[in-house]
Amino acid sequence: MLSILRTLWNVFLHISRKRVTIQYPEEKPYMAPRSRHRIILSRDPDGGERCVACYLCAAVCPVDCIALQATEDETGRRYPEFFRINFSRCIFCGFCEEACPTYAIQLTPDFEMCEYDRQKLVYEKEDLLISGPGKYPGYNFWRMAGVQIGGKDKGQSEREDPPTDLCGTLP
Amino acid sequence: MVKFYVDNRLVEAHPDQSVLQACLTLGYDLPYFCWHPAMGSVGACRQCAVKQYRDEKDTRGKIVMSCMTPVADGIRISIADSEAAAFRAGMIEGMMQSHPHDCPVCDEGGECHLQDMTVMTGHNYRRYRFNKRTFRNQYLGPFLNHEMNRCIQCYRCVRFYSDYAGGRDFAVKGIRNLVFFGRHEDGVLENEFAGNLAEVCPTGVFTDKTHKRHYTRKWDMRFAPSVCVHCGIGCNTSPGERYGVLRRIVNRYNGEVNEYFLCDRGRFGYEFVNSQKRLRQPLIRINAELRPVSKDTALERLKDIMAVGKAIGIGSPRASLEGNFALRSMVGSDRFFAGIADEEHRLLRIILGLLRQGPVRTPCLREIERSDAVLILGEDITQVAPRMALALRQLARQKPLENVKKWKIPLWLDYAARELVQHEHGPFFIASPHSTKLDDLVTEIYRAAPSDIARLGYAVAHAIDNAAPEVIGLSDELRGLAERIAQDLKDAERPLIVSGPSLHSEPIIRAAATVAWALLHHGKHAALSYTAPEANSMGLNLMEPRKLGEALAVIESGEADIVFILENDLYRRAPRSFVDRLLSAARHVVSLDSLMNPTAARASLVLPAATFVESDGTLVSSEGRAQRFFRVFIPRESIQSSWQWIRDVMFWAGRREALDWEHLDNVKLDMVRTLPALGGVVDIAPSRNFRMADAKIPRETHRYSGRTAIDAAVDVSEPKPPEDQEAPLSFTMEGYPQQPPAPLIPFFWTPGWNSYQAVNKFQEEIAGPLRGGDPGVRLIEQGKGREIYTGTPPEAFVPRPNERLLVPMYHIFGSEELSAEAPAVAELAPKPYIALNGNDADTLGLKDGDDVLLSVNELNLRLPLRLRHELPPGIAGLPVELAGSERLYLPTWGRVSKA
Repeated sequence: MLSILRTLWNVFLHISRKRVTIQYPEEKPYMAPRSRHRIILSRDPDGGERCVACYLCAAVCPVDCIALQATEDETGRRYPEFFRINFSRCIFCGFCEEACPTYAIQLTPDFEMCEYDRQKLVYEKEDLLISGPGKYPGYNFWRMAGVQIGGKDKGQSEREDPPTDLCGTLP
Repeated sequence: MVKFYVDNRLVEAHPDQSVLQACLTLGYDLPYFCWHPAMGSVGACRQCAVKQYRDEKDTRGKIVMSCMTPVADGIRISIADSEAAAFRAGMIEGMMQSHPHDCPVCDEGGECHLQDMTVMTGHNYRRYRFNKRTFRNQYLGPFLNHEMNRCIQCYRCVRFYSDYAGGRDFAVKGIRNLVFFGRHEDGVLENEFAGNLAEVCPTGVFTDKTHKRHYTRKWDMRFAPSVCVHCGIGCNTSPGERYGVLRRIVNRYNGEVNEYFLCDRGRFGYEFVNSQKRLRQPLIRINAELRPVSKDTALERLKDIMAVGKAIGIGSPRASLEGNFALRSMVGSDRFFAGIADEEHRLLRIILGLLRQGPVRTPCLREIERSDAVLILGEDITQVAPRMALALRQLARQKPLENVKKWKIPLWLDYAARELVQHEHGPFFIASPHSTKLDDLVTEIYRAAPSDIARLGYAVAHAIDNAAPEVIGLSDELRGLAERIAQDLKDAERPLIVSGPSLHSEPIIRAAATVAWALLHHGKHAALSYTAPEANSMGLNLMEPRKLGEALAVIESGEADIVFILENDLYRRAPRSFVDRLLSAARHVVSLDSLMNPTAARASLVLPAATFVESDGTLVSSEGRAQRFFRVFIPRESIQSSWQWIRDVMFWAGRREALDWEHLDNVKLDMVRTLPALGGVVDIAPSRNFRMADAKIPRETHRYSGRTAIDAAVDVSEPKPPEDQEAPLSFTMEGYPQQPPAPLIPFFWTPGWNSYQAVNKFQEEIAGPLRGGDPGVRLIEQGKGREIYTGTPPEAFVPRPNERLLVPMYHIFGSEELSAEAPAVAELAPKPYIALNGNDADTLGLKDGDDVLLSVNELNLRLPLRLRHELPPGIAGLPVELAGSERLYLPTWGRVSKA
């Protein structure tokens, strides 16, 4: 008898409490910028593709849901020929983002990507690539890397001397 | 064995080793850069520092370079010592000062020795805040990519290229931290072993340019133990595949064959597998046109054909033993013909006889390397059997190295040894019609026509042993040369004679054997090595096929009316008229091949055969070593191994024996029963039921990526991975995680050693055999009988006034059929030409580059002239088997005139 009354009392108490249920989808929840959901491929500040097809995201992926193929443009800049993520396998662990040396692959707070058909959860590069730099606005891998690409000659990367004159005899 | 202490543990090692070698053999992880097991120590990189203590009471010790310190009884070494560890970390920090920030776009990444060593020493944070030095890259040809910024100045490249491989167009220039490794100007690297720089370089300065076009990381590739198919040496390779495309070839260590190095034809010739010319579907001729059909339609049609006719089979020196045997069983041994030129067939039979009945051993490459004198009769080794040329280059150092031993300098102390040796070479004699890439090593050289080369051989043999046949009418000059060669060979400990069928001369082959036998008679430990033209020339001949020329009679007499051609382009084997006659006389021509070629284009039915990376099988090298290759992947289309096609044809035709051929192992057992000469083949690799701890050996690395995404674009439900019914290897990453037996090692990797240097952990001792013995079984051993001299010296060569003797000239890039289809190799293949010496050209009024008309019998060819001043008078050189050149069986006489 006592326990029934105590239960009733507890239920009544909740009437005055603040509601935690969010009326999704009418009402959107707050998603922290760091929350790990839909994966995107970003672009560097100059608008070029950030991904250099280094395969590190694919290697670190615990469910092996990333497949890509590297290729190069005529100036030597490397990019993925195709880049595929099978979101029906993805566990949104974020390892790919951690492994990415160029900040290309990023997990975004957007989680609304359900499908009735699993096949539609296979995203290609066109589906993944966004137009901006995402969470890391300033970084451009190619400005650091000591390789020559279109628009950046040898010795023009950060903290680099101009190319050595091989005929120079000065000590 | 000497006993010493490593970190207070008592260990044992061979006395002729450095501390670094001993520590690596014992399994310690000790970083290094400049040391290379095949090239010894120079102590340049200071990376392998360890602490050495005087005795157990010594607490201070001193830092020494382990690669420069010989092991000795009772020495005390510490790898773990904190000062030594800090020293190593400091060294690597210095090397990394100017290393560019580009691992993600570097092809070496993931198999980089520099990455491995950086992790091993613990350096992980860049403190240097000043600018990095940079360099401009060079164009080095179609094989190698140059990225000089990544260099850490270990000098391995120049030591390999110049010191080990004898290259002359690559060097180091500059001073202090600005040293540059490259050519004097942009251009194709001349050396035939330049591709090894990709493996020798511990970082990404030199990387495989062909791989770059379809780049995949090491961890993402599927590998299998394989054997190179581009010449008769049988180097072990490890091809890598991803997404159904063959990505690259890397060396697979075999202590008795290729050791650490491959030639560029073997390394870069692989792209024929991905060629546009690949046959991927069965083709049937309908209305004079070959149309693709399904596998069942093709087999149904073959059944109809086979039901009414009788077939002959033409085997192939580039197909596996099993493929050839299956064909031989299908058509019967009396209807099995060798798919090679009759003359070459005869010469190979003679070679086989000389090696099996003669008393001299045919050496493996390691034995060749350790021989101390050589006589090469009529072979251009660099172009015909390239890897052997690199071994011969080491041979030239053996005699001078005796002096190094005398001075008690360890052989691995490379700089000291080279200083002492200087440019001295051991006895090295070449007799060849034209110059070769080994000419810089020779003691004496003899340029002559094939018959004169054979005469020299016999003269040398006679000078060694009086019982050997005497050469009549020998000039004093030649006699003097023969006596000098004979003396040097007699003075050597382990003399070697090299010859082969390249000049298509029986007397040369017999002369070589005669010299070797005479040396043996003289009490020397002589060795005799013949080159073989193709990957399985020896294997095909061990099956005792009939001559190709006899096939025509069988077809024309109506005894048989179907020609079954196994992996062969007959137009490369016999004159056009002969092949045309054979193919038109036959009612049906069935061609089984991997690439479209003129023979397949004339067939009424074409079956797509698997290449070496898509099939299992056995090849017999020129040494007589049978080696197993495993398929790397299963092709998507209806491509099958040749033996599987033939089995299916037999099965559909209602032949009962095909029922027993479920697996390759069954075919192999059947083969050994039928042909006891091939008995050793059963032992070359574990059978298909072999398991390690109940598991297969994985072809994929444990970090193979993309399993659930590769095929997701087609179907999101992952297909079941293919199962390998033929081998104890799996097509997945699952399986036995530790070292497999030597014949089953798909790739070299151990924890912490991602680069090829991981091979150290697979060897019984550094640069020694792989654990459990090097793979391969020798099928040819010398006979027990005494030497009986056969053959007689031929007549001396007499030039003809109006004709030239055409001798074959070989090219590493272009002369071999399959590699010529690889774009990078094709880029370096020369165009067809004719070579004459300057005087001969002058008498004909010809200049270099002129168009020349060559008439042989009824055949007229227009070829550009190339002057080769070293050619003897009366002789013209003609490149063999270069695309576009007409098939001519050389040597033959031809009329040369101005076009």
